[in-house]
Amino acid sequence: MLSNDTDILRTAEAWRRAGKGVAIATVIETWKSAPRPVGSHLVIDEDTNFFGSVSGGCVEGVIITEALGVIEDGKPRLLEFGVADETAWQVGLSCGGRIRIYVERVD
Amino acid sequence: MRLGLLSDLNAEQAARRAAILITDIISGEQRLVREKEVREDPLVQELQECLDQGKSRLVERDGRQFFLTVQVTPVRVVIIGAVHISQALAPMARRLDLDVTIIDPRTAFATPERFPDVLVLAEWPDTVLPDLKLDRYTAVVALTHDPKIDDAALSAALQSQCFYIGALGSRETHERRIQRLTAAGITEVDLARIHAPIGLDIGAVSPAEIAVSVLAEIVATLRKERRRSA
Repeated sequence: MLSNDTDILRTAEAWRRAGKGVAIATVIETWKSAPRPVGSHLVIDEDTNFFGSVSGGCVEGVIITEALGVIEDGKPRLLEFGVADETAWQVGLSCGGRIRIYVERVD
Repeated sequence: MRLGLLSDLNAEQAARRAAILITDIISGEQRLVREKEVREDPLVQELQECLDQGKSRLVERDGRQFFLTVQVTPVRVVIIGAVHISQALAPMARRLDLDVTIIDPRTAFATPERFPDVLVLAEWPDTVLPDLKLDRYTAVVALTHDPKIDDAALSAALQSQCFYIGALGSRETHERRIQRLTAAGITEVDLARIHAPIGLDIGAVSPAEIAVSVLAEIVATLRKERRRSA
């Protein structure tokens, strides 16, 4: 209930109103031990400024890169990270969990 | 997400109203459902569950996947007493995204200079508490040490659904408080709702340490449901 992700959505709105391209990443599913709960947000702008988190810092780098693509073409993306995932060897979750992330542009 | 939708979602939060953003994760289609509109929505059952649990989640309906971003009513802490501990507690509570209101009829204490960025009411608790509408997203913390001020606030809090009630003072002080409130007609069951001595027992000494212990107890109370269901 502590609504600590609301300031992130307020930041997303403020950045967009300031004229920046902005994307919001949201944790939509988790399996086993995941660092951040479902509903957690990360907001990214076109200059790779970011605020919030969707993991303990393990996958944010990749998400920022993907977010730049979303800001560019406006198409939402679904990303999945976990130990079984191929990318996991580079950026996966050391806790052994799995997470699914939805990335969308603020239009 | 359209900027207008994001802006509406943030506006509901600012107005202390719950809302849910529904996103079709394949098409990207979205709609905002305000608390009072939940009953008319096709996903009414799922929405109600999410609101009750205060948790966002993914649901399936007719082969489509929808993500429900839940924004519950912001949690608020009403602090009785514009005292030294409150000066430490208020900014820490703000840092946890809690709304903070300070009430103290002593105008020398209840000044905006001592409490920047929070609502300060230089009034008696029994005068202003009815207007604040203490709900199940509210915590009430009595910190004045003065029965004239604290008791009225505790009585009002005990008549409400607020999720946490705490009162500063030693065991002996609390024993005398129990006697006064019992004489005022408050039942034993209700009195058991008061956390006293206030805060988790971490051996806190300084005002800032006491603020940490009080906030830790508020968070623990708030999260208990989730810890049980985990």
